[in-house]
Amino acid sequence: MPFNTPTSPHQLAPTSITRVMMLVILALIPGITAYVWFFGWGVVVNISIALITALSCEALILKLRQRPILPSLSDGSAALTAILIALTLPPLSPWWITVIGVAFAIIIAKQLYGGLGFNPFNPAMVGYVMLLISFPREMTSWIPPTALTDNSLDFLETVMFILFHTLPDGITFDALTEATPLDSLKTHLALGNTVDEIREQLGVDEAASRILSVIPIFGTIGGKGWEWVGGGFLLGGLWLIYQKVISWHIPVAMLGSLFAVSALFYFIDPTHYATPMFHLFSGAAMLGAFFIATDPVTAAASNRGKIIYGCGIGIFTYVIRTWGGYPDAVAFAVLLLNMCTPLIDHYFKSSVFGHKKG
Amino acid sequence: MTSAPIRLWDFHGGIHPEQNKRQSTQEPSAQARMPAMLTLPLHQHIGAAAEPIVEVGETVLKGQKIASANGYVSAPVHAPTSGKIVDIGDYPIPHPSGLSALSIVIETDGRDEWTSYAAEQDYTETNPSHLRNIIREAGVVGLGGAGFPAFIKLNPGSQKKIKTLIINGVECEPYITCDDMLMREDPQSIIEGIRIMRHALQAERCVIAIEDNKPEAYESICKAASGVEGVNVALVPTRYPQGSEKQLVKVITGKEVPSNGLALDVGVVCHNVSTAAAIYRAIRLGQPLISRMVTITGKGVKRPRNLEVLFGTPMDELLAQCDVEADQIERLIMGGPMMGFALHDTNLPVIKTTNCIIAATREELGVERPVMPCIRCGACADVCPVKLLPQQLYWYSRAKELDKVQEYDLFDCIECGCCSYVCPSNIPLVQFYRFAKGAIWTQEQEQKKAAQARQRHEFHQMRIEREKQEREARRAKKKASRPRATAPKAPPVDGAKIADKMRDEAINQRESAAAARKAEIQAALARVQAKKSASPKPAQSPDKTQKSAITKKDNPTSTHDDDQQVQ
Repeated sequence: MPFNTPTSPHQLAPTSITRVMMLVILALIPGITAYVWFFGWGVVVNISIALITALSCEALILKLRQRPILPSLSDGSAALTAILIALTLPPLSPWWITVIGVAFAIIIAKQLYGGLGFNPFNPAMVGYVMLLISFPREMTSWIPPTALTDNSLDFLETVMFILFHTLPDGITFDALTEATPLDSLKTHLALGNTVDEIREQLGVDEAASRILSVIPIFGTIGGKGWEWVGGGFLLGGLWLIYQKVISWHIPVAMLGSLFAVSALFYFIDPTHYATPMFHLFSGAAMLGAFFIATDPVTAAASNRGKIIYGCGIGIFTYVIRTWGGYPDAVAFAVLLLNMCTPLIDHYFKSSVFGHKKG
Repeated sequence: MTSAPIRLWDFHGGIHPEQNKRQSTQEPSAQARMPAMLTLPLHQHIGAAAEPIVEVGETVLKGQKIASANGYVSAPVHAPTSGKIVDIGDYPIPHPSGLSALSIVIETDGRDEWTSYAAEQDYTETNPSHLRNIIREAGVVGLGGAGFPAFIKLNPGSQKKIKTLIINGVECEPYITCDDMLMREDPQSIIEGIRIMRHALQAERCVIAIEDNKPEAYESICKAASGVEGVNVALVPTRYPQGSEKQLVKVITGKEVPSNGLALDVGVVCHNVSTAAAIYRAIRLGQPLISRMVTITGKGVKRPRNLEVLFGTPMDELLAQCDVEADQIERLIMGGPMMGFALHDTNLPVIKTTNCIIAATREELGVERPVMPCIRCGACADVCPVKLLPQQLYWYSRAKELDKVQEYDLFDCIECGCCSYVCPSNIPLVQFYRFAKGAIWTQEQEQKKAAQARQRHEFHQMRIEREKQEREARRAKKKASRPRATAPKAPPVDGAKIADKMRDEAINQRESAAAARKAEIQAALARVQAKKSASPKPAQSPDKTQKSAITKKDNPTSTHDDDQQVQ
């Protein structure tokens, strides 16, 4: 009676990539909810378009590569990439922005490198950066949180605008859009104004005062939108750490270094540098720290390596935000550190049992 | 037992797999039925195989030595019952290779008649080295699963002072309960064995470690150990692979056994509870190791339990005694589900290292999930008890970058299987590490062989040159001695000339060799054609045997490697 003799272990934990990816997607829900609440239905429409594009592209390439389609499609990795890209896009971007970005991410950044597990760069960030560089106007046409504007679109109007670029009568696109807080700050600082001057000159401007509120967590009603979205991602991220899907090293290192560097410059010269809390709760800091930088495929492996990696992202984010050409910089910082990952892995290995010196 | 609780330490990683221990502890252990035949492999332990000292046809008594240890790291084998030696030859053994090895087959006579033996009543008066000798002669090996000769680990060496003797009752692998049952049912033998070991080692203190999923065993051992000075019982939180020696030493003493080192290096010696009981029987009763407790479990048996089994008993008889549903078995595992290996057949003998037999059903093993790419999620690194980076090891093993895997400390891997267990991509990581280790060993062997070959070749060349020079010299002498040579035309033999000649000769040789080969090929072609035209059947069979003989001769390395693997 011959039996099969596979090697040990013969018992495996009930886990899978699909489960991991689904937990991450689940953890995005608080942030997405806040995002939709403050910035309208565009977010949902973008996510839907991104999902359809990602899954079609993934299936297409797998077919061309003659790989089994279903196991890879159902692992949830393409879906996660799609959602992450959609969350970085302005809520009212035209449909083709989403399609191009997601297709680029899945086809070029992921599948051409060999698919899941083989891509050196975070596909979502590659897609986002490609869009930002190629279509700067579309990519910076953000809308203010709904609480700040009288002109908000309902679901159908949003779909019509994203797909066909048609607006209801009486509303112009310019009336809908507004620069992000990070963007406005950068523009005004570039004009030679100090933080206080911006506040004084634009005192009447609700947006400006919102931007510069000292601690955005306790900011004015108008500041709420961004903080709450950031807070939502923070909440989901903490849950992921609790579920042991991600380790604390990268988020803590990234947010910690971002906080430390921005605090340093804030205390040196508060007139020209925004507060640390402003940096933590603006732009993609929270989303990046918990959901993007922690992408295990492209991040450093050992715990010490992860801390270096996270710190690097935090510092580069601050440097590019403050002195670089773009208002937000999480994507660039992540890609820069993706390049460093092999180097970090080479120099920071774990301390193996029984190898301690002394 | 001193009442102060022992300070416990932590080790990195580990997992909490489904225990599955309750099934086989429902009823007390029993004696396995005496089989008609016992097949005793001579290699049941780590080290060199024992050498038979009996002949076919000889009658042996229970406990009689039938094979003696071969070298220091080896263990003798004893007859588990009385009977007649009916064969000494190659039989299948329970080994991952699925190969056969030299075994002694005893036809049991049912009388179960003991040989005479001497018990050592007062061991405290006995010299430790004499005790070790008795233990060695009794064939006692580590019964936790590794089978390392026990007497070696009772030798503290000349300088080292043993601080702690750890008695391993952790039994961290799922399913296995043989140590648990022994601790419940016969704690006294264990404690007596510990006393002997402490005497042999002159150990300062002793800690018996038991995982907290075995409260009955803990109670039982505590009771037996109460009043025994210097012996503590530690209840340790259940976590796999805590029973691994280095991890357990860390938990009990806080010390890390150095890589490539032994527990002895940090003043600790570790023995299994069953080994302690076996040592007690060897010293106080004079009985050699001839049987052990074996857990027979898995959903393939309707009555999972523990049996005291004579070595050499075929597994199918044990399974039958536990009401096996043979058609339900999908995989037969010896050892635990984490580190045990799958057997290809039920008709294999129980040996000294057989602690558990799992007759696993398909349902029990779960659905086989497809292997997905590694996403470097690091779950493996989180559970690795050796703090390796399994994903990097996997990457380099896969790419066959053998230098790199060693740089990432592949050889510190204990193959506990935690990484494979948690991998969401279902990658058989341990298999990759075993492959890489094997590849490195092969490479090292080949390098050694190549170096030897090179040496031989160089020596050969040197000899040829020397002989040639001698020949030339002789010829020159002869020429010189012949007076009627017209003129001494030939210039004195110089090095360059010799070299030239050698080269010419080499070319000639090569050409002639090539010609010979060509001729051979042509002859072979002709033979094939002849065969084709003639009736193919009678011509083929002798040719075939010839061929196989040639390939065997050509590949002595392959059989050699297999031998090494078995060892």
